[in-house]
Amino acid sequence: MQRSKPWLSVRPQPFPLSFRVDRRVPSVLIILTLLALVSLVFNVSQGEFPVPPLEVVKTMLGLPANPDYAFVINTLRLPRALVALLVGMGLAIAGTILQGLTRNPLAAPEIIGINAGASLVAVALIVLLPGVSVGWLPLAAFGGGLVAAIAIYLLAWDRGSSPVRLILVGIGLTAFTGSLTSLMITFGEINAVSQALVWLTGSVYGRSWEHLWPLLPWLVIFMPLSLVLARDLDTLNLGDNLAQGLGSRVEWTRSLLLLCTVALAGSSVATAGTIGFVGLMAPHLARQLVGPSHAGLIPVAALTGACIVELADLAGRLLFAPIELPCGVITAVIGAPYFLWLLYRNRNI
Amino acid sequence: MLLSCLLLSILLGAADIDSGTVWQALFQFDGSTDHLIIRTVRLPRAILAVVVGAALAVAGAITQGLTRNPLAAPDILGINVGAALAMVLAVLIGGSGSSYVGFAFGGAAIAAILVYWLGSMGRSGLTPFKLVIAGAALSYLLGSLTTGILILSQRTLDDIRFWLAGSLAGQDLAGLLPVLPYIAVGLAGSLALGRQLTLLSLGEDVAQGLGLQTIWVKITAAIAVVLLAGSAVALAGPIGFIGLVVPHIVRFGVGVDYRWIFPYAMLAGGILLSVADIAARLVIRPQELPVGIMTALVGAPFFIYLARSRIKR
Repeated sequence: MQRSKPWLSVRPQPFPLSFRVDRRVPSVLIILTLLALVSLVFNVSQGEFPVPPLEVVKTMLGLPANPDYAFVINTLRLPRALVALLVGMGLAIAGTILQGLTRNPLAAPEIIGINAGASLVAVALIVLLPGVSVGWLPLAAFGGGLVAAIAIYLLAWDRGSSPVRLILVGIGLTAFTGSLTSLMITFGEINAVSQALVWLTGSVYGRSWEHLWPLLPWLVIFMPLSLVLARDLDTLNLGDNLAQGLGSRVEWTRSLLLLCTVALAGSSVATAGTIGFVGLMAPHLARQLVGPSHAGLIPVAALTGACIVELADLAGRLLFAPIELPCGVITAVIGAPYFLWLLYRNRNI
Repeated sequence: MLLSCLLLSILLGAADIDSGTVWQALFQFDGSTDHLIIRTVRLPRAILAVVVGAALAVAGAITQGLTRNPLAAPDILGINVGAALAMVLAVLIGGSGSSYVGFAFGGAAIAAILVYWLGSMGRSGLTPFKLVIAGAALSYLLGSLTTGILILSQRTLDDIRFWLAGSLAGQDLAGLLPVLPYIAVGLAGSLALGRQLTLLSLGEDVAQGLGLQTIWVKITAAIAVVLLAGSAVALAGPIGFIGLVVPHIVRFGVGVDYRWIFPYAMLAGGILLSVADIAARLVIRPQELPVGIMTALVGAPFFIYLARSRIKR
């Protein structure tokens, strides 16, 4: 039997938009959403003081539940789990866009130094201006990430930008900003420094509503924007000349997409530190699930990233309880070998 | 120049001590506080800087010759991080002082083999890009494992925190002595390998055509790298970018012949690390910076410059 056409067209009537997505996307999205919710519930229910998953669901939905659990869930665990969810999404989308932009499967915000720039500025803010509220962190990190991104782009520019030079320059810049960050930590006043250190390891430990709210607007603005730009990203993927021929304003869309990447990566890094390799792994896993078209790829990658961070946080808490490993360590231990495997698979390119 | 750096390094520091006192302390020791500072703190530290700098620089030069790669150095390829992880493991399981060095060698060797294998797989063979990016990923992985261990074991963290930032402070000559033979062997080996590595840098085929047993040269050179990088890390922690920068500076002066590059790299490495250490001590007197931060601040822009100018693609 002939297969039905492999595409679905989505046209939300009141808006001048249309998405063409792979047939697999809706089912994959539903499964991933369920998976993300289940891991969210488990993340909330597990810990030093276990709460039955059913009670978690009841409390979250506001149904009558055991009031003893309400404090643990609402004040301690839920904001943390939600932060993990959002950060995973932000990092994953940033990675997806960056891989599309550079046409390089090995690009990710942590490899090319955007995260390092963002964390430098955030650490500087924590250490040098301890009085500033955490609400400013995402903005500052965004600025740092933007400067880093522009610096990398300019430094790697030599009559056109080459993906290889982009990554090499990124590695150098990461080392540079990393040493500046250590400088801050050596200089700084001890209380501010210990706060910065907890944050630097890439952890959602102790994140509260106060951290969640500043992060939310960034994702609410830039996630839809990146979805709208998905088609342009597909066109850009064909190469600059072809994209120009197809009527895409190449430099404009590229700058806009880069802005999305930096905003999403920067705000995520500002909230949870550098959780490595999520932006690298999620797009690849998502591509395996739904293919390379970005309109479907971006939401699927976002949910994959959310699941990864959620589960990594859970694993970090349970593996060596009562000591907690930051989830950044877990994602790096899984992600770096994955990266090396990608390198192995692309060995003949 | 090396000697003057050595003297400067002894002369400058948190406590102001004039040069006459330094001279007396070295040659007419009388047991006063100033003399004690010179003898037990400044002098060992200055010697350490020279030795570690020489070891790192030569390890970098060998790596660059062996891989024919301008961006190669033990720290960029993850060899230093491998040694550091092994040291952390050694502290974790509670080894003794001399076994630390063995662990450092083991870690360096495993990391070197891994990164060489990862960098040279595939049809295009050993390209600078693959080698560097494999090294970066490996460093990230090993670094995270180190962080994980340190978080899980508070005691290990306390023992090792200062060392891990790459610092020359707080080491005495007693710590240097057991490692010194390995460094000496590594340095001597590199001097002996100068001719062969120059041939090898012409390309494998040419070297083989000229009658060189390339496989043995490679193995010996790799052992020398592991010895030098491992002992440098065991002494002073992972100090970055000396191994990358020094060979390039030296090559600028003496050309591409490794028979000349190695001895000059030894001297230049010692000088550079001494200067970096002096600077690290002086910029925020009376506190000091870990010298690893200083070298990275200078070395990373140099790496970017190299990536721009030497990698054409």
